[in-house]
Amino acid sequence: MSRTERFDTALGFTSSRHPVTRILRWGVYVVCIVVFAGPLLSLLINAFTPVSNPTSLTLIPDTVTFDNFTRAFDRGVLGYLLNSFFVVGFGLLAQILVSLSAAYALARKKFPGMRLVLLLILSTMMLPEEILAIPLSLVLADVPFIGVNLIGSLFGMIIPVAAWGFSILVMTEFMKEIPVELEEAARIDGAGEFRIFISVILPLCRPALGVIGIFGFVMIWDQYMLPLLVATDTAQYTLPLALRTLRSDPQVGLGVLLAAALLALLPSVIAFLAMQRQFMKGLTSGAVKG
Amino acid sequence: MTTTGQPVAVELESPPPPGPAQPPPRRRFGSIRLRGTLTAAVFLAPALITFLLFKFIPMGRAIQMSFHEVRPYLGDVWVGFDNYTRLLSEAEFLTAVWQTVILAVGQTAGSLIVGIVLALLLEGSARHLWIIRTAVFLPTVVALAVVAEVWRVLYYPGEAGVINSLIGWFGLGPSEFLNSSDTSLWSVMAVGVWRGAPYDMMIILAGLAGVDRTLYEASAVDGASIRQRLWHVTLPALRPVFAILITLAAIRGLRVFTEIFLLTNGGPNGSTEVIMTLIYKLGLERSELGIAAAGSVILLLATIALTLAVQIARRGRPSRKAKR
Repeated sequence: MSRTERFDTALGFTSSRHPVTRILRWGVYVVCIVVFAGPLLSLLINAFTPVSNPTSLTLIPDTVTFDNFTRAFDRGVLGYLLNSFFVVGFGLLAQILVSLSAAYALARKKFPGMRLVLLLILSTMMLPEEILAIPLSLVLADVPFIGVNLIGSLFGMIIPVAAWGFSILVMTEFMKEIPVELEEAARIDGAGEFRIFISVILPLCRPALGVIGIFGFVMIWDQYMLPLLVATDTAQYTLPLALRTLRSDPQVGLGVLLAAALLALLPSVIAFLAMQRQFMKGLTSGAVKG
Repeated sequence: MTTTGQPVAVELESPPPPGPAQPPPRRRFGSIRLRGTLTAAVFLAPALITFLLFKFIPMGRAIQMSFHEVRPYLGDVWVGFDNYTRLLSEAEFLTAVWQTVILAVGQTAGSLIVGIVLALLLEGSARHLWIIRTAVFLPTVVALAVVAEVWRVLYYPGEAGVINSLIGWFGLGPSEFLNSSDTSLWSVMAVGVWRGAPYDMMIILAGLAGVDRTLYEASAVDGASIRQRLWHVTLPALRPVFAILITLAAIRGLRVFTEIFLLTNGGPNGSTEVIMTLIYKLGLERSELGIAAAGSVILLLATIALTLAVQIARRGRPSRKAKR
């Protein structure tokens, strides 16, 4: 029993019951948590602490206050938050629909040029907003073929994130696993293409929807360059962008900044904690397969 | 361009079939395959159009702009490789390239080493380990903008700053961190490692789960110490995982922008200027669009070269297939 347990891990120390190694091990855990979660925990605590001094952070607050949040709302944080939710909401919805649709073609259909399409999608992952920033800002100001100006409109932050190579590829991998027989049966029953897509394939994709949903959420929430290029006025800023403005505002103290940062941090952390198993699965399937 | 025209017409054609009575048109092979291709085109259209508009056209524009003096409303003037030669002879750009490379290498190596250590320490299936790993993983999920603001506060120069008071216990500091050109790049790098290591940890953990346990047993029978076991069994088994992590991190390191923009914006004295912050300043603050585009194209080429190099290196290693 203890022999097999010993080889569960590379270091083989998880099974040791010796008190000294146990204390040592928990010491290691505490250090890991303090180093990696500590800074975020201090953000959480100090957002509820009255802080005026720009340096002092407390670990144990003597008074808990919501002042920082009410003052943050006075500085327009609610508006930034709503912008963020608007962009994430519609951006994610579009991204999920686009990924489902593209993955359906890539996983369930055979057509000439499929390898080329896959290659194109893969290559988009080498073309991030950062690198393309300058030409992208020109393209956003006058979208080719349509001639729309997306600069200064929240839709400029939404439409470009609608297609994301990562979520298309994850979805394609998942859809390939769905048995063909289901599709054939539906086809014999006379279902058309869209019918099959919506009533047969889509319901079976729910687990993968969780994966691309959370990855897409974190990705869009974290967007920085694109909103920076699109926004012409601070009123269009998403919350992550607004943090910089708040910081340089002389009337905003550290507490208010931390309160706003906490609001910018919470949604993605909550989404992650709620779906961490799916997230880990997607992380490893996306990375280790690639 | 053909992709934009096709789907609109197809969409109008496709809906009729849903009625169960209507059989597919009988024109054998050719038409069936054509239908399949058309439906595939309809389903792919949204993704491909979006990519065309916001990825490929900007890429084309970047290449085109890099050979022109870009003058909005006046028309561009062809200048050949002028933008490139001007950029490459600029000391500012070469410094930025050098600092980008240092930052990318440092963050990649740091994240990988810390990630390995974390993964080895936190490997296991116990419930408390799962919780600890989740807590450690949080920095990776948090938006970069938040990470930067938190670290600006932690890095506050002077004795009262959080990190300065921490290292003060060991008789070190106080350090200027982001405010001195001697320490700024390292301070930024530390934030990158802090955010990147948990990600590497998770991927390495997935790799560790795939290591053959019988090899551990066999090495124990042979009397290997834990150190020998790690060196000769665990690390070699993780090699493909390392290859992926290094590639991903190096590519991400080349285009680093947000954390620099927010932590130091290239300062003090240009000591943290990287390629992307320089391109941003050239393009959007100094309106040198052509030169900025040339910088983008160079960055793009470096990214592609790096990706291809790693792909070729991985293909060349025959043992990879055997391991699966």
